[in-house]
Amino acid sequence: MSSLNPSRTAASPRAWRELERASRRENWGRAWYKFSHNPLSVVGLITVATIVLLALLAPYVTPYPEHAGPFTDFQNAKQPPSLRHPFGTDVVGRDVFTRTVFGFRFSLTMGVVVLALVVPPGVLLGLLAGYYHGTWVDTLIMRVTDIFLAVPPLILALAIASVLEPNLFNSMLAVSLMWWPWYTRLVYGLTAQMRNEYFTVSAEIMGASRWHILFREILPNCVSPIFTKMSLDMGWVILIGASLSFVGLGVQPPKPGLGTMVANGARYLPDLWWIALFPALAIVVIVLGFNLLGDGLRDLFAAEEI
Amino acid sequence: MATILEYRNLKKHFTVGYRDLRRRRPITVKAVDGVSFHIQEGETVGLVGESGSGKSTVAYTTVGMYAPTAGRIEYRGESIYRNGRRPAHLKKEIQIVFQDPGSSLNPRHTVKQILELPLRIHRPEVGNRLEETARLLEMVELPLEYLYKYPRALSGGERQIVAVARALAAEPSVILLDEPTSALDVSVQGKVIHLLLRLQRELHLSYLFITHDLSLMRNVADRVAIMYLGKICEIAPTQEFFQAPQHPYTQMLLSAIPVISEEEERLKPEKIVPTGEIPSPVNVPPGCSFHLRCPYRMEICAQVDPEMIQLTPGHFVRCHLYPDGPPTLESANGDRHGTDQGHVPEPRGHRGL
Repeated sequence: MSSLNPSRTAASPRAWRELERASRRENWGRAWYKFSHNPLSVVGLITVATIVLLALLAPYVTPYPEHAGPFTDFQNAKQPPSLRHPFGTDVVGRDVFTRTVFGFRFSLTMGVVVLALVVPPGVLLGLLAGYYHGTWVDTLIMRVTDIFLAVPPLILALAIASVLEPNLFNSMLAVSLMWWPWYTRLVYGLTAQMRNEYFTVSAEIMGASRWHILFREILPNCVSPIFTKMSLDMGWVILIGASLSFVGLGVQPPKPGLGTMVANGARYLPDLWWIALFPALAIVVIVLGFNLLGDGLRDLFAAEEI
Repeated sequence: MATILEYRNLKKHFTVGYRDLRRRRPITVKAVDGVSFHIQEGETVGLVGESGSGKSTVAYTTVGMYAPTAGRIEYRGESIYRNGRRPAHLKKEIQIVFQDPGSSLNPRHTVKQILELPLRIHRPEVGNRLEETARLLEMVELPLEYLYKYPRALSGGERQIVAVARALAAEPSVILLDEPTSALDVSVQGKVIHLLLRLQRELHLSYLFITHDLSLMRNVADRVAIMYLGKICEIAPTQEFFQAPQHPYTQMLLSAIPVISEEEERLKPEKIVPTGEIPSPVNVPPGCSFHLRCPYRMEICAQVDPEMIQLTPGHFVRCHLYPDGPPTLESANGDRHGTDQGHVPEPRGHRGL
């Protein structure tokens, strides 16, 4: 360590940068060590990474990219799984594997867009309500939150999607509208607790601005639970998106939403079992992957507290 | 030496509930109830008391965590509160070190980030903050690579030293130390105390040292004040405080300090056995708050709260045993105490414990 210790007399900027980099490497190294010692979370990470890669590179990794849209090939219809069609083909002859991989794209888009819409306002409102705990700001924000929480997300999504045009965007909007209160609640609880911690108090005494206290003292301490929840929520949002597609309010045919594919395939059960089964399994795998990853993150952050 | 911090009849009452549904009769805790003392430049004043005696509340009121209910706190003659707010330069001049360094340092900030906050707020003129944080670490004798460590990677003592460095970063003139060593291992306590004393010498700091460890005060404080249920019972220069304690409560505390040898035992004040329990701060007894436990209690004690009087220069005591100044030999005869053995808490010249 002595070589990394810039002495007072010869403190060159380079030595400082070197020291900073070494410390950062050490911190990341320790985090990865802990994470990698939980086999389930590594499985989750690999699953999620694989699915994300598949979805991004869908046109290149699938055997029949043209099958993702309006395409018919009645000669090859209703084929059971084989080497040419690993997941079989559907009633109009499209490769189910190709369509499942493209289906990941819609599922991931749904998850990412909903979380991107939901997390910033949810967290901000939670910070404010928690910081002004016990004042009218708290009451106002948290009662509005309660109102939104009282409506089941799926039901509201159904209502919105049926009033507006049923498509992916509207279903994302509907789910987002119902989802932010969870983040507000999470961050509210954490903030209300953090603002009484002595490090917050001591920044206040020092004369730090409210902005500094909210975003530099309190928010960094909420980041781990937020990330954990986001990872777990990805699975949930994808599941709700699939449910909406299943009842015909999400991804519209001929686009290959996973829920849409299950809904279409369900009509041909049990004879043409592969049409519904493989997209359904894909939903299970993607949700499970995100859940395992989320659990792994939670354990990692919990271990960090000690 | 000039007075740097002065407390004038400071009161802090908390409303903890109501006795009736219409919220007409509040239940108040008189955490601090009329405290007056001062701290001089470069001096350490020890504020000692049991848990719940209000000693921490005095510090918290000084740094603006609570607004005082009544009374004044003056920094070099200037009131700390102006329309309920503290001016920025007073936030700089008066710093605090909390008891538990585990919670007073943000777990998500590196030591460098922790030390930079006071620099950004109070010393914007510092151009190279990295150099300055390094200088601070050097001043408290921590290795420089600690700059990029998180508090959880440090030991309890090191964390507390970082908390001290953070207080120093603002270049204050007064530091309130709220039991800075009671959360630490005994082996580390000495190190932190030595550091604090060295910093005080080098930077000419004034300390308000809050603790419940009386024997520590003997070596650290210039003057010691004893608090009981929100009031100061006795305040005296350290040597006099330990050699000639006057208030029955002080005598009780000093006689309760555990010692190792028989020789030390003989040096201690006569054993005073307290009777009764500490009253609840919600329900402070009338008259002298200590009268329920006092071995010398008189009729007047249950009715009238005694005034603070000066016995010898700098030695103040708040007790009915001393109605008119220092006790003389005649007035010290049993009759005034109503006890036969007539133990008089006269100066008896105990030497060190």
